[in-house]
Amino acid sequence: MTSQSGTATFVNIGERTNVTGSARFKKLILNDDFEAALDVARQQVESGAQIIDVNMDEAMLDSEAAMTRFLNLIATEPDISRVPIMIDSSKWSVIEAGLKCVQGKSVVNSISLKEGEEPFFEQARKLKRYGAAVVVMAFDQDGQADTADRKVEICTRSYKLLTEKIGFPAEDIIFDPNVFAVATGIEEHNNYALDFIEATRRIKETLPHCHVSGGVSNISFSFRGNEPIREAMHSVFLYYAIQAGMDMGIVNAGQLAVYADIPETLKERVEDVILNRRADATDRLLEIADEYRGEGKKRVIDLAWREKPVNDRLSHALVNGNTDFIIDDTEEARTKTKRPLDVIEGPLMDGMNIVGDLFGSGKMFLPQVVKSARVMKKAVAHLIPYIEEEKANNPDSDTGSKGKIVLATVKGDVHDIGKNIVGVVLQCNNFDIVDLGVMVACDKILETAKAENADIIGLSGLITPSLDEMVYVGSEMKRQGFDIPLLIGGATTSKVHTAVKIEPKYDGATVYVTDASRAVGVASKLLSKNQSDEFVASVKAEYETVRDTHERGQAKKKRLAYADAKSNAFKIDWASYEPPQPETPGITVFDDYDLAELSACIDWSPFFSTWELKGNYPNILSDPRVGETARELYNDAQALLQKIIGEKWLTAKAVVGLWPANSVGDDIEVYSDPTRKDVLQTLHTLRQQMPRQGRDRANYALSDFIAPRDSGRVDTIGAFAVTAGIGIDEPVKAFEDAHDDYNSILLKALADRLAEAFAERMHQRVRTSLWGYASDEDLSNEDLVREQYQGIRPAPGYPASPDHTEKGLLWELLDAERHTSVSLTESYAMWPASSVSGLYFSHPDSRYFGLGKIERDQVADYAKRKDFDLKTMERWLSPNLNYDRDDS
Amino acid sequence: MTSSREDRRAQLAAAIESRILVLDGAMGTMIQSYNLDEAGFRGERFKDWAQDLRGNNDLLCLTQPEILSEIHRAYLDAGADILETNTFSSTSIAQADYGLQDYARELNLESARSARQVCDAVTAENPSKPRFVAGTLGPTNRTASISPDVNDPGKRNTSFDELRDAYQEAIEGLIEGGVDLILVETIFDTLNAKAALFAIDDVFEKTGERLPIMISGTITDQSGRTLSGQTAEAFWNSVRHVAPFTIGLNCALGAEQLRPYVAEISRIADTFTCTYPNAGLPNEFGEYDQTPEEMAALIGEWADDGLVNAVGGCCGTTPPHIRAIAEAVAGKSPRKIPEIETKLRLSGLEPFALAS
Repeated sequence: MTSQSGTATFVNIGERTNVTGSARFKKLILNDDFEAALDVARQQVESGAQIIDVNMDEAMLDSEAAMTRFLNLIATEPDISRVPIMIDSSKWSVIEAGLKCVQGKSVVNSISLKEGEEPFFEQARKLKRYGAAVVVMAFDQDGQADTADRKVEICTRSYKLLTEKIGFPAEDIIFDPNVFAVATGIEEHNNYALDFIEATRRIKETLPHCHVSGGVSNISFSFRGNEPIREAMHSVFLYYAIQAGMDMGIVNAGQLAVYADIPETLKERVEDVILNRRADATDRLLEIADEYRGEGKKRVIDLAWREKPVNDRLSHALVNGNTDFIIDDTEEARTKTKRPLDVIEGPLMDGMNIVGDLFGSGKMFLPQVVKSARVMKKAVAHLIPYIEEEKANNPDSDTGSKGKIVLATVKGDVHDIGKNIVGVVLQCNNFDIVDLGVMVACDKILETAKAENADIIGLSGLITPSLDEMVYVGSEMKRQGFDIPLLIGGATTSKVHTAVKIEPKYDGATVYVTDASRAVGVASKLLSKNQSDEFVASVKAEYETVRDTHERGQAKKKRLAYADAKSNAFKIDWASYEPPQPETPGITVFDDYDLAELSACIDWSPFFSTWELKGNYPNILSDPRVGETARELYNDAQALLQKIIGEKWLTAKAVVGLWPANSVGDDIEVYSDPTRKDVLQTLHTLRQQMPRQGRDRANYALSDFIAPRDSGRVDTIGAFAVTAGIGIDEPVKAFEDAHDDYNSILLKALADRLAEAFAERMHQRVRTSLWGYASDEDLSNEDLVREQYQGIRPAPGYPASPDHTEKGLLWELLDAERHTSVSLTESYAMWPASSVSGLYFSHPDSRYFGLGKIERDQVADYAKRKDFDLKTMERWLSPNLNYDRDDS
Repeated sequence: MTSSREDRRAQLAAAIESRILVLDGAMGTMIQSYNLDEAGFRGERFKDWAQDLRGNNDLLCLTQPEILSEIHRAYLDAGADILETNTFSSTSIAQADYGLQDYARELNLESARSARQVCDAVTAENPSKPRFVAGTLGPTNRTASISPDVNDPGKRNTSFDELRDAYQEAIEGLIEGGVDLILVETIFDTLNAKAALFAIDDVFEKTGERLPIMISGTITDQSGRTLSGQTAEAFWNSVRHVAPFTIGLNCALGAEQLRPYVAEISRIADTFTCTYPNAGLPNEFGEYDQTPEEMAALIGEWADDGLVNAVGGCCGTTPPHIRAIAEAVAGKSPRKIPEIETKLRLSGLEPFALAS
C-alpha cells in the first residue's frame, strides 16, 4: 500500500499498543512489563503499520508516566522509532507528556470542539508549537456527529477555525468523522456507514489538503463473535470509504478480508447493510450470518435426550445444569438400584466426573459448574431421606466421600463468595463440605474439625487483617497437635504470604489455592494415598524457594527516610487555588435508595471475574471462548436483578458527610464548622516511601490533597458509607435451603455490584450537587466506570490508605452504624458485606496511588499520631511493612 | 532599537533574494590562537571562582570582550554578512559544568551586544553591505532522546521542560542584546532543538516581535543520520512547523562529505538553505587542515549547482576561509526555493508523507 518514496495512499495505523483496545497490552503495562510491550510495538511495525498509535488511558495507571516511559523506550529502538507515533489520549496532560518525548513529527489523537472553542484553540496552538499533526473528532458541544450533515458541519467549522483563526496547516488536519456500528437492529443506525462515507466525500471535496481517518472495527460491532462477517464488513466498508477519500484508518490487518475474495452472496448482503440499500438488509445478513460462523450453531430446545436411558439423562442434566426433570430421574434411578447410595456413586458421580473433566480442561466454566452442582445437590437432597433410613438400619455403611473438608471465612471477615464457590466445586467432586460460614473464630474451626474428623481445613478471607488471623489459626493448629492439611485462599492471600508467614507456623501441609478451579486438584492430591507425600514435599520445596526469593527481594527494596519522603510531598499551589465549598455541608442520609437507578450504573466486568470468566463487559458476551457462558450468566443475573428490584429483596442505604478540613502534617483535621475551633476528628494518612526518580514524581499521602492549616485556606473533606446488602440474609437462606448455590452466589455477587454502583452514584451526586464542585459534569456510565472525573474516593484498607482501623474513625464521624445499619467487625470488615466506604477529595490533582512498603520510622510516627502502641500498629500494617516485625 | 531591527529585517530579506549570503567561521579555532591561560579566561571578575574556567569560550564576553570584538571584526572584514554570537554553550545547562549556570542570561546578553556593536560599526563604514547578527543556541551537553545509561534505555539526563526553560532564558538575553536572527545549530538531537523552537515561539509570542529563525542540523557521519538517528528529511519534517528562515547543516563533516545531504535538503525544503561545514575532516591530531582554497572550491560548486542560499564555516575555519568562500560565491545566483507538494509530512527516524 506504500510506494517507494514513503508516500502512502492509505495509511494503516497500528492499534495494538493501546491499553483501551488491547487487553494484552494493557496487562503488560499494568504489570510493568515494558520489555514485552516494546515487542508489541516492534511487531506492529514489522507487520506493516506505518504509524503506531500509543494509548495509556487506564484508570489504574499514572498515564503520563506510562506514556513518557514507553515513548522514551521506543526512542531507543530504531526499528520501532523509524515510524511516526500517534499520541492517543483523552487527557490533554497525557498528550503533552507524550509530545515532550518524540523528536519526530507525530500525530495527536485527538482534539475536538466537545468543550467549546476555547480549549480547542488553546490545544491547537500548543500543537502548532510542538510541531504535531492532529486528529480532530467530529464532536462539538451538542455531542458526537452521527448524520453526514452534522459530520460535515462540525469538520468544516473545525477546519475554518484551525486554518483561518490560528493558521494551522490544513495538511496536518486529520478528521475522524466517527465510525458507528450498523446492523444493530435499531433503524436510526442503518445509515451510519453511508453517513461516514458521504461525509468523507464532502469533507475531502470541500476542505483542501485535509485527511480522513476512522476506527474501522466499530462498524461491525453488532457481529462480535462472528469474525468472517466482521471481516467482510470491514473490507466492504473500507472499499467504499477509501473511494470516497478516507486515507487513514485504525485497522487490525488480521481482521480484514480481501474484498475480491468475499463470496458473492455474502458480499451482496454486506453491501446492502453498509450502503443501506434495503430496509431488511440487517435481517438478511443475520439470516446467513451463522453459515459463515466457524461452526453453525442453532438454538432449539431439543428434548431428544429425554428418550435416553436414565443414567444418560442424569449425566445430561448434570452437564447442562438442567434441573427440570432431576427429581423424577433420580427417583427412577433409585428404584432401579439396590441402595440409594448407588445412585450417587453410580450415575450422579459419573456425570459429575464428566463435569469435572470438562472444567479441568477448560471446556466448561465456573457458572456452568455451579449450575451442575445445583442439579447434584437437588438429586442428593432427594436421596438423603432414603440414605438415612438405610443408615439407621445399617450404621456401618460408607458414604463414599473422597474426604471431609471444613471451610470457614476467618474471624473479623465477612466475605464469602469465593469460599462458597470453592465449596460448591469441591462438592461437585464428591468431597464432603462442612461450611462454617463467615466470621468464624479459630476455636470453632478447630473444634468442628475435631468433631467432624475432618481431613482438611480451608480458610478464606478478603481483607488484609484476615491474613494475620490465618497465621494465628496455623499456629493454633500446631499447638493443638493437628496434622491435617491447611488450605489458604481469598483475594488478599497469596503464595508468598502463605509461604513466608503461615507455613512456617504449622507442621502439617499448608497450601495456597489460587482459585476454585485449582481447589479440586489440590484437595485430591492431598488426600490421595500414593500422591500425597510427593505433592506435599514438592509444595514444601516450592515454598522454601518462594521464601528465599522473597528474602532476597526484601533486601533490595530501598526506602527513603520518612523525613525525606515528607519533603518530597506532592505540592499544590494553594495560594492560587480556592477550594470549593460544599452546597450541603454536614451529614446527608439516604435510607432507601432506588435500586433500579443503581442497577443502571453497574460495572459488569468485575461481576464476570467473580465467576472466573476473564474479559471486559460487553466484549466478553461475544468472546469466542467464554461468550456463550457469559451471556447465559448475564441473562440469569438480569432476571434475578429484576426480582431483587421488583420484590424489593434488598434495601440500599447511604450516609455522606462533608466538613471543613485542613491537613496538619500527614494528618487531616476535620472541623465541625468553618471557624475551625472544634476538631471533630483527626484522620491519619500514610506516605509513600519508595525512592522517586525524576522531579515529577512525588511521595504521595492523601493529606497532600487537602489544604494545610497554615495555607490560610479552609478546605473540605468528605466521607461516605453505602450498603446494598440490607435484607440479603433471608433470600440467601431460601436459596440455600433449596440447594441452589448458584442463585445464592449470584445474589451476593449482584449485591456487591449494586453496592459498588451505589458508591459510584453517590460520588457523582456529591460532585454535582451535595458538594457541587463539578455541577456541570456530564459523563456516560462508561466514563464513570473509567473514573474520568475530578476527585477521588479512596477507601481505608485499599492501596492508598491500607490501614483498616481508620474505618473506625470514619464510622464515628458519619455515625454510620445508626444511619446505614452497617457495622464493623473486630477486623474492621463491613457487615453486611455488600458495603463500600471511603473519603472524598475534590482537588483536581487528587489521584489514586499505592502506598507500597513503608519503613519503621513512619510506622512509629504514625502509631504515635494515632495513639497506638507500635506492635499493634505494625500488626495492622503488616502487609505494608518494609521490614520484619520483631515478634510475629 | 526596534525600528532599526525592523529595517534590518527588510534588508536581510532583500539580500538573501539577491545573492548568496556568507556566515562567519569558527569562533573556537580563533580563540585558541590567543593561547589564553586560566587567568586569561578568568579575567578580573572571576579570579576567585571555585572551578576551572579555562576553555569556557563563552565567558570571554565578560572577561576578554576585546578579543571577541577583534574576531568578529576579522570575519566581517573577510566578507561575512552574518555574525554568530559567541553563545554556543551559554545555556544554564551547559554552563553548569563551570558552576556558571546563574550567568546564562548575562552571557547571552553581553555576547549579543558585542556582536551588535561590531556589526553596526562595520555597516556604518559601508552602508551598502548591511551586516546582521544571529543569536546562537547550541545543543547543550545533554540529550532528551538518548539515555546516558546503556543499562536503562528509558532514562534521560534532561527533559523537554528543562531544556525549554534554559533556552528561553538564553533567547531573552540574545534578543535584549540586539540580535537580528535566532540560530538553532549543531542539532544532534532533534528533541533538544524542538524544545529550543518551542521556547523561541513562546518568547516571540510574549514580546510580540518575530525574528527569522535559522535551523542547522548535524549529520554525524556517512550514515546520513543525526546522532539521534534521523535522516535529513525526517529532521526537516520535525522542525518545519516553525517556518524557519533557513534550514541546513553544519559541523561534523567537511564540504565534500556533506554534499549529498546539502543536495537533499535543497531538494525538499520550501525555504532558504544555509550550510556551513567544517574545514574538512580532522587529522590525527584533531586539527583541520583543509585550506581556504580547497574549501572554497567545494562550496563554489554548491553555488554553481544552485543548492545554497547561505554558506559559511564551522570548526577549523578562519577569516581567510571565509574570505575565500565569499569570493567563490560572489556573483553566483542563489538557490531558487522549489515548489513542494502539500502533503501531510510526519517523521520518526524516517520521513513519512501522505498526499492530500
